[in-house]
Amino acid sequence: MSLSLHINKEVHTVDAAPETPLLWVLRDYLGMVGTKFGCGQGACGACTVLLDGRPVRSCLTPVSAVGDQPIVTIEGLSLHGDHPLQKAWDAMDVPQCGYCQAGQIMTAAALLENTPHPTDEDIDSAMSGVLCRCATYVRIRAAIHEAAGQPAAKGGK
Amino acid sequence: MSLTQPLSRRDFFQLSALAGGGFALGLSLPVRAFAQMPEAPILTPSAFVQIAPDGVITIVARGAEIGQGIRTSLPLLIAEELDADWERVKVEQAHFDEAKFGPQWAGGSMTTPVSWNPMRQVGAAARAVLVQAAANRLKVPVGELTTSKSRVTHAASGRSLTYGELANDAAKLPAPNPTTVKLKDPKEYVLLGKRRPGRDNGAIVTGKPLFAIDVKLPGMLHAVFYKPMVFGARVKTANTDEILKLPGIRYCFVIAGAIQPSAVVPEEPGLSSGVAIVADHWYQAQRARRQLKVEWEMPEHPVPNSEDMEKRAHELAAQPGDVLHAQGDVVKALAGAAKTVEAVYSYPFLAHNTLEPQGATAWFHDGKMEMWTGSQMPGGGRTMVAKALGLAEADVSLHMLRAGGGFGRRLMNENMVEVATIAKQVPAPVKLIWSREDDIVGDCFRAGGTQFLKAGVDSSGALVAWQHRLVTFGEGKKYAPGADIDASEFPSGRIPNFEFASSTQPLWQRTGWLRAPGSNAHAWVVNSFLDELAHAAGIDPLEFQLSVIQREATPGTPAAKLAGTPDWLNGKRLADVLRKVAEVSDWKNRKSGNGHGFGIACHFCHLGYFAEVAEVKVDDSGAIWVEKVWAVGDVGRQLINPSAGEAQVEGSILEGISHMQQEITFEDGQVKQTMLAQQQLLRIRQAPKVEIHWITTDYDPTGLGEPALPPVLPAVANAVFAATGKRIRTLPLARSGFKLA
Ligand code: FES
Ligand code: FES
Repeated sequence: MSLSLHINKEVHTVDAAPETPLLWVLRDYLGMVGTKFGCGQGACGACTVLLDGRPVRSCLTPVSAVGDQPIVTIEGLSLHGDHPLQKAWDAMDVPQCGYCQAGQIMTAAALLENTPHPTDEDIDSAMSGVLCRCATYVRIRAAIHEAAGQPAAKGGK
Repeated sequence: MSLTQPLSRRDFFQLSALAGGGFALGLSLPVRAFAQMPEAPILTPSAFVQIAPDGVITIVARGAEIGQGIRTSLPLLIAEELDADWERVKVEQAHFDEAKFGPQWAGGSMTTPVSWNPMRQVGAAARAVLVQAAANRLKVPVGELTTSKSRVTHAASGRSLTYGELANDAAKLPAPNPTTVKLKDPKEYVLLGKRRPGRDNGAIVTGKPLFAIDVKLPGMLHAVFYKPMVFGARVKTANTDEILKLPGIRYCFVIAGAIQPSAVVPEEPGLSSGVAIVADHWYQAQRARRQLKVEWEMPEHPVPNSEDMEKRAHELAAQPGDVLHAQGDVVKALAGAAKTVEAVYSYPFLAHNTLEPQGATAWFHDGKMEMWTGSQMPGGGRTMVAKALGLAEADVSLHMLRAGGGFGRRLMNENMVEVATIAKQVPAPVKLIWSREDDIVGDCFRAGGTQFLKAGVDSSGALVAWQHRLVTFGEGKKYAPGADIDASEFPSGRIPNFEFASSTQPLWQRTGWLRAPGSNAHAWVVNSFLDELAHAAGIDPLEFQLSVIQREATPGTPAAKLAGTPDWLNGKRLADVLRKVAEVSDWKNRKSGNGHGFGIACHFCHLGYFAEVAEVKVDDSGAIWVEKVWAVGDVGRQLINPSAGEAQVEGSILEGISHMQQEITFEDGQVKQTMLAQQQLLRIRQAPKVEIHWITTDYDPTGLGEPALPPVLPAVANAVFAATGKRIRTLPLARSGFKLA
């Protein structure tokens, strides 16, 4: 089935079975591999994209359910890789293996949209669905505070 | 141990002109770093550093990047001695060629010790030829020249030349002798020891293709490989014809497999039997798998059942074991001790769960296999692929890609053999991706185990007797991979009346290495038990631990025999980190009780010394909040990149806490926790604050991938005891009535 998707402010046309998860449409059909596959079970958040501004698990989102809602992926979060979160992630050296970080940043971006100055508790509750197997959590907290313009003390929390 | 030695006379630098101008400097290695390899020099020129006339400096990162930061830290070693302008250095990933680059594996926290000397020498050699070229051009003695930020300066005359301007001249000079290139005094370092973000951060945060799973080749197909739920089962029949009719499916075939049944399964048991489904897109293959009907031929041997294995462990403990080390008279000393403590500790199997599942890409063309992999042990993978497919090793080439986590899982390379086997039968490149279930069920698990301990203190509280039985998996003294504990392991050798023995039961299931193997369970057992003894003796746990650590190992014991090798536990270094962590956490003034407690522990492994204090809160329901962990490490005289180094410490500590709530159990040979949610991996809300301090000692730097992990489990468990009076002797926490909040 042919579908038009609004991804990162561009319209992409793909021919995929309606039940194909958005994740695999992005990765395999459109070659946008920034969004990651971690479990396909909704349990890791590595596949998080923004659908109409909300963080969703693209591995559990059938492409046919997307319609004309705008999708933002890590590739489209900012024009030049300079979203405050992207800058903070680099400056605080958050990534270890880096595999989960697209999901972390997309989830954090949605958090900051709604809660520009989150507390540690806000961060923990918004981010607990996104697994980091390398456990970069201490720096994720610090980088979100940094991006929100409120540098956290070294050592996190 | 030659692994960490500097370059010698037998190594050669190779200096060559680049086609477009400038020069390249490489190494010719006699490959002494690999025990399996012959000690003959292999005279392949290689290029670690290239300096072009336009001033662009390219440094090759030789190692496997699994998140430990070596794509930044190894080039930094070269750039430091070269005095390169780091901001303008280009880092390129080496392809796999160990004759050219030396060791390219990543395991055992060995990348830093193996690279520390040779990589600095490469940088210093490149600098030396540039300085010589400048001396010739400016007609001044070498001694009057200084270097900084990719420039040679003659201060006396105010003249200076960039490395780019000197590159063509340098290309004509003889290569320097590795034994005479002078290395910097650490006081002169401008790059090492400064916090520096990873070179790939920009690509990571913008979603650029970096990982093995991101590889895309023209005409590439996608594969799943459906394997049995019970290790060693074989496909009898499969409805491949029906699968072939499904949308997007190009190929579907049975792979017979080559696993030989064995009670002690080797680390790489070979290719599993299974069904390959190859499709235009991965999700088509994954979806088709649901329609797959496979009749399995079950193995004839017994298969693991966790409940039975637990019972069997207790039976074995009552029977004589294999004594690995004994000294004094432990039975008599226990009988005569003022106080004795007896305890049984047990810990579960664990899965690795790298967030990027296993997978690789292979393309069989022109009689050769070309592969893309994020392996920790690419050389091992290449050998296996060549052997499985009857190819010459030289006909298997590897591109090394960033791996989405390693933790020891990617030391194993069966996924490479699987995809190569599939690709050999398909006229297109094939990318194999394991599903999460594949990754869990097909793991090489950290082996569980049960340990039985009895120890005694005399009337002064001194530890005088220690009897220890490890019940693990294997046959006799042939242990399942990662399931053994060495006879020299602490506190062996340091207690006058001592016995350490093992018993094994067959497992018929695969095991392997998980971050800080052995230590990740054993350090929890030993340090928890020491804490029990300290309380029995009425001595502060810190003082009690110090009293044992600071004993010299009895001459002639396995522990004492390690003296002079890197694996020797230097009691002073361990005592120093322990004292320092007590100081930074204000241990002496901390009061525990009423659901709030502090615990302390230390451990030496992978050449590194760590001591940690944990602070916990525990409520009446047994929910634990780990509030804070203080860590003190000693990994020698220099942190290469403190940001990456401390990231490893933070990650290790959090992973250790995560281990406390995870488990894998078996029922009739099948893993019961096949979903990621059942793996109970640590979440951000469970992550404590971490405060890290360092002790600098005059030893060559060692790695940080592992040594900070083991002490955190006993530190947390000891803190829970201090808070509640309840001892955690069974992991995961849920089996001791606790959970992480
Ligand atoms: S891949 Fe979607 S939640 Fe894990
Ligand atoms: S950085 Fe490796 S999983 Fe998060």
